[in-house]
Amino acid sequence: MAAHLKKRVYEEFTKVVQQQQHEEAPAKKLRLTKPSKSAALHIDLCKATTPTDALQYLLQFARKPVEPESVEGVVRILLEHYYKETDSSVRLKIASLLGLLSKTQGFLPDCIVDDAINTLNNEKSHQVIAQLLDTLLAIGTQLPENQTIRLRLVEVACRHLTDTSFGVRNKCLQLLGCLGSVDKPVSKELESMVLKDVQKIIGDYFNDQDPRVRTAAIKAMLQLHERGMKLQQTIYSQACKLLSDDYEQVRSAAVQMVWVLSQLYPESIVPIPSSNEEIRLVDDAFGKISHMVSDGSWVVRVQAAKLLGSMHQVSAHFLEQTLDKKLMSDLRRKRTAHERAKELYSSGEFSSGRKWADDAPKEKVDTYAVNLIDSGACGAFVHGLEDEMFEVRIAAVEALCTLAQSSSSFAEKCLDFLVDMFNDEIEEVRLQSIHVLRQISNNITLREDQLDTVLAVLEDSSRDIREALHELLCYTNVSTKECIQLALVELLKNLTKYPTDRNSVWKCLKFLGARHPTLVLPLVPELLSTHPYFDTPEPDMDDPAYIAVLVLVFNAAKSCPTMSALFSDHTFRHYAYLRDSLSHLVPPLRLPGRKLVSVSDSSGMASSEESSQQFLRQSLERVYTIQHLEAQGAQELLEFTIRDLQRLGELQPELAGAADFSATYLRCQLLLMKGLQEKLWNVAAPLYLKQNAMASAAARQILEETYKLEFLYSGLETRQVAIVHHVRLQAKALQLVLNARTSRGVEPLLSICEKFLQEVDAFQRCFVAELTHFQDSFVEKLLELMPRLLACKPLDLVKILQTTLRQSGFLHLRLPEQLHRATATIIEPTGESDNPLRFTSGLVVALDVDATLEHVQDPQNSVKVQVVYPDGQAHIIHPRPGDFRNPGPGRHRLITQVYLSHSAWTEPCQIEVRLLLAYSCSKSRTSILKPAWNESTDGLPTTENSIEGTIPFSKSVKVFIMPKPTRR
Amino acid sequence: MPQIQVTPLGAGQDVGRSCILVSIGGKNVMLDCGMHMGYNDDRRFPDFSYITQNSRLTEFLDCVIISHFHLDHCGALPYMSEMVGFDGPIYMTHPTKAICPILLEDYRKITVDKKGETNFFTSQMIKDCMKKVVAVNLLQTVQVDDELEIKAYYAGHVLGAAMFQIKVGLESVVYTGDYNMTPDRHLGAAWIDKCRPDILISESTYATTIRDSKRCRERDFLKKVHETVERGGKVLIPVFALGRAQELCILLETFWDRMNLKAPIYFSTGLTEKANHYYKLFITWTNQKIRKTFVQRNMFEFKHIKAFDRSYADNPGPMVVFATPGMLHAGQSLHIFKKWAGNEKNMVIMPGYCVQGTVGHKILSGQKKLEMEGRQTLEVKMQVEYMSFSAHADAKGIMQLIRMAEPRSVLLVHGEAKKMEFLKQKIEQEFNINCFMPANGETATTVTNPSVPVDIALSLLKREAALGPLPDPKKPRTMHGTLIMKDNSLRLVAPEQALKELGLSEHQLRFTCRVQVQNPQSEQDTLNTIYSHLKSVLKEHSIQHLPDGTVMVESILIKVSAAAEEPSTKILLVSWSYQDEELGGYLCTLLRKGLPQSTG
Repeated sequence: MAAHLKKRVYEEFTKVVQQQQHEEAPAKKLRLTKPSKSAALHIDLCKATTPTDALQYLLQFARKPVEPESVEGVVRILLEHYYKETDSSVRLKIASLLGLLSKTQGFLPDCIVDDAINTLNNEKSHQVIAQLLDTLLAIGTQLPENQTIRLRLVEVACRHLTDTSFGVRNKCLQLLGCLGSVDKPVSKELESMVLKDVQKIIGDYFNDQDPRVRTAAIKAMLQLHERGMKLQQTIYSQACKLLSDDYEQVRSAAVQMVWVLSQLYPESIVPIPSSNEEIRLVDDAFGKISHMVSDGSWVVRVQAAKLLGSMHQVSAHFLEQTLDKKLMSDLRRKRTAHERAKELYSSGEFSSGRKWADDAPKEKVDTYAVNLIDSGACGAFVHGLEDEMFEVRIAAVEALCTLAQSSSSFAEKCLDFLVDMFNDEIEEVRLQSIHVLRQISNNITLREDQLDTVLAVLEDSSRDIREALHELLCYTNVSTKECIQLALVELLKNLTKYPTDRNSVWKCLKFLGARHPTLVLPLVPELLSTHPYFDTPEPDMDDPAYIAVLVLVFNAAKSCPTMSALFSDHTFRHYAYLRDSLSHLVPPLRLPGRKLVSVSDSSGMASSEESSQQFLRQSLERVYTIQHLEAQGAQELLEFTIRDLQRLGELQPELAGAADFSATYLRCQLLLMKGLQEKLWNVAAPLYLKQNAMASAAARQILEETYKLEFLYSGLETRQVAIVHHVRLQAKALQLVLNARTSRGVEPLLSICEKFLQEVDAFQRCFVAELTHFQDSFVEKLLELMPRLLACKPLDLVKILQTTLRQSGFLHLRLPEQLHRATATIIEPTGESDNPLRFTSGLVVALDVDATLEHVQDPQNSVKVQVVYPDGQAHIIHPRPGDFRNPGPGRHRLITQVYLSHSAWTEPCQIEVRLLLAYSCSKSRTSILKPAWNESTDGLPTTENSIEGTIPFSKSVKVFIMPKPTRR
Repeated sequence: MPQIQVTPLGAGQDVGRSCILVSIGGKNVMLDCGMHMGYNDDRRFPDFSYITQNSRLTEFLDCVIISHFHLDHCGALPYMSEMVGFDGPIYMTHPTKAICPILLEDYRKITVDKKGETNFFTSQMIKDCMKKVVAVNLLQTVQVDDELEIKAYYAGHVLGAAMFQIKVGLESVVYTGDYNMTPDRHLGAAWIDKCRPDILISESTYATTIRDSKRCRERDFLKKVHETVERGGKVLIPVFALGRAQELCILLETFWDRMNLKAPIYFSTGLTEKANHYYKLFITWTNQKIRKTFVQRNMFEFKHIKAFDRSYADNPGPMVVFATPGMLHAGQSLHIFKKWAGNEKNMVIMPGYCVQGTVGHKILSGQKKLEMEGRQTLEVKMQVEYMSFSAHADAKGIMQLIRMAEPRSVLLVHGEAKKMEFLKQKIEQEFNINCFMPANGETATTVTNPSVPVDIALSLLKREAALGPLPDPKKPRTMHGTLIMKDNSLRLVAPEQALKELGLSEHQLRFTCRVQVQNPQSEQDTLNTIYSHLKSVLKEHSIQHLPDGTVMVESILIKVSAAAEEPSTKILLVSWSYQDEELGGYLCTLLRKGLPQSTG
């Protein structure tokens, strides 16, 4: 039963991958010659006796594509039937088919324009007319160059504009919008034709009686704008009138129209109705769109809120009105809670007990001066942020963000409102407002009371919210030392409540300290709890809270040299420890009485990086002298260089990718060299089984390393890929040679040889362009000998290979500009816990896994979690795409749950959890090197079987688990 | 002229006892039937004898509509239907129908069992009354009878609150009941389409207030509670059982969830439990968030909020308690208050307004020593906070609703006269429409101008439509036709058809007019001058100079003859048929002004 359950659990929760090599014979493709399409259709249509039949035939016909050559014939047949047909539904279908056919690629529909227009003239049914106009539209868009046809089509559309059916008018307007001439005709012959003022014609339909036509008219106008026609300012007043239309679709389109015009003529002056004043058009439009934020339809509200965000030219005065909602109570002016908070703060008294009459209204309002429905932008965002629909709220938050980025005074003002949004009922909105605040935080400084509200969110149970908030705090400016203290206290509280946030909190404090060194300085004695006279006990170095405090202090001390004078002895010791263990959080400090390499200033950093880059270059150069050395020396040189490079990678994180890559490459060379040692080959095989095993192990390891080289590093160019493949080829050759020596008989060898030759061939095809760089290399020699190889026997082949392998030179590796190694760190589980996870065997337990991934391309598909049980059983789990978050460029975060299960154990034991990077050889090759192959690849026989595999790229973490036997 | 009459029996320039009579198109409708909290005598119910004059209500009222379940909107319902006598239909929304009897029963218990009144409605009467209720859905149009139809719109305020449109023929009235234009934690905002009623009857509780953003209030509230709980203090929130209580519950519940708090929250039981049950059921009436997430979890299935027991009040450690009633004047909330008042770590939060004389009002105004019954004094050391959570539209909200509905006039009820005055003036000023604010018993009359539908012959319509560009819906256009009123129906047909139908023959009607013009020229030259003059003035008409010495403008004939006595005075003879009356008249005045001096 338990076993059965377990099986089911796995089926449901995990996808366990079984790696199997399956060889599929490439499917052969047949190309059938089709009988002419037009003939078949003709016969079908002639057979049809009733309209329903004909319709059926047409529907069937429409399912298959038609080749460009036969389109015209098909069109003729269709038209012929069209004239004969009495049923309008069939004519409708034919008309729509004409439109579809004219979109066929490679077919120029100018030959059917006349026919289509002709049919239009004789048509009575409105629906069919509409469909025919649609067809004409399709034809017109296919022929963007042909001015004459366009003009004709526009004329046809104008003729039908007076049709009584809304559908026809809609289509006419659409056609005008898409095809109406945008600029003056260039050639002489066209000028003779009457150029219609498309804008005026469309504008007349803004007042059509049908809302759908009105919408279509506005959309057509917007289409003209998109195609580059400059709209006239005169339509502004018309568009404004449409803002109060009865229908939401019209209003929605009109809002867009007003916005477009405000972007086109921001500076022109419009009068304010019922007064003599005049204002800028963009301000007027801003006011009108703001008004739409309290529209009855939420679709319009969303649109209005979004568009407000992109009106940057609006004057500051208007902009600030959007956040102002003149409060009153009983006709007395009242201050908003925000104003009160600010006042309390500036009067020096923070956090007063709220009194009953605290918000008592102040002065009396002049009843005549109160304007309840402001035509201006008053309170638009206040309404938007309070809206019922979260879509509107999000749109408003985003609009606030873009506006605040362009105006710092507005940013200051909208701060209170954004902070309020941290309390929204929908998490998405909260998250969005935190992100927005982070984006504008360069412009603002948080007051203490605001910071207080912001920090309150640190207790949120949602990890995303907390992390977004930490990110926000990294970029925040605060004004007083109390703020710093407040932030620290709240962050420490956060740390105790959610210990998993450790890294994020530390990072946050690092930035906070670095940003506000002078504010931290007066707090230092208190933070480190030092006392002028008494020695205080040394704090526990493993306490995350203490580390957090130290991170804050050390980062502040970096730009505040006097701070170190306040440190006590153990602080220095702790500094040394942390600098070593958490070097990414603790900066190098110049401390008195300690000889520290002065690398603190940035110029020094730069020069050190330069020098290490030079070192990297030199070491690689040195390796190339290898050819002139004898085996012993060469090996030693390689070993030294590999060691140097590895150390360099650890010291210089910027160069880690490049250094690791070259080290791995050199290791491959070293292994190859060892495998080819002469002693080995001179002796008869059976005597040197051990040596043989060593060589084949080396070959295997080289293969493994080449996959790592190819897939673990991002930023590789084709050249490096080619070199990696070359090494792989060498390794395979070595394997082949070893095989030949150990195995008896020719039969198995034959197939292996063939396969190898195919691989050489594939290499040649893939890297033709790179072959010039492969002078004097293994592959070049092979290719020279290729004709001979194809003909000769396997044993000869092996001999040739053996000699070429030995003689072949060492390829120079040139590093690309940017080379990054994919890395993953498992943050959780930490592997420190001694308490086993207990669960009943047969059931599952969920293990939270939290990891950061760097420089992983397409992590959704490539990153897997592997769980290895003590009995050697290994499971691979695919995380869901939703488990990956993308906090920054090149960085990913995997937060997922892994389901574990096992049969009962007698005592707790450790399982290993690690991340794997899955790769698939053939896929990468086609996608990287031959992007245009898509269709043709399946036609060609794939020479190389797709090799799929995984590379572990994180340290494994041990987790204590204990499946208990089930109690019956 | 047809007119609509509105008479408030309660809620006219007053809050409480909402009851408004509307006569529209020969139908009488009663909107709401509430009681007044402030009175315990006959004044607590509307004066139904005003309508009946001592006969049965059923004969006078076509239907009764209840907007929501608050007692000042439905408290007098059993009294009216069972004791005064009304058998017609009563309309209310589903949630109102479900919750209303609970509140009525509670009200009855307090009045009869506690205060010992007799001659009050009984439980059976409430049941009988509810049997007459017809439940409606949002946006559902209900035909009360052949002519009268009503339609409900969402109003926010409390669960199931609705605004009603009452429509007879083309005349209509919208009654808002109480509504809220800003959404809260459990309800959405009121919404209405552009129905353009003749009268919009709107509540005006906050006619002179523009409220601050609700987010500040919420945040403050949560912060206060959170801080106190973290300190280990106890929080008492006195509430009334329905409405705000649920909003605050949701607010705290989600906050507890978000912040992973562990302190217990209690809700004093009673009718709340039953009501909460209905809140769980009527998810469609709540706001977007609750509607979207109820599949995973119904927000009203509180995880952190548990039922309160008297003994819990003495439990150590932090806790939050919601207790009734809201003004701390009696019952459980006062009991708990007395226990906790002495500790400065504790806090009481008053979420609403308190009537003078209650304990709530005293502590809010800052009294630190309270005299209790039995000469005891109670020292209040706990913190006292005030948070206003109200679900009525403020002045801006009311204006927003008026803008949405675009009524032809507005009538304000459910507010204080002084405040209404201000809003009335604003409405008249900004929308340029009439605004009424009748007192109780006063009748406001609006003359309506309903359009009369006329059938038009299709052929005539097509002919007219073909003449010019498409008709502009906002501009009137003249057309020629004959209006036939026959058998109580109106038809517009082409003149020929009308003649045919009526068996009449067509008569030509021509107008002629003589105009004297001073012109020394000869007749022929005068004619030429006229021709050229008209040609220059009337550019859009066809003007012909006929060989027989006349000028034709369209079908209008102009002849010139010299006066016998004085050759310089020319007499112009203008003749036109009645179809061209407009043009003919214009021509006459044009010619009377004289001809331009010919330049030769």
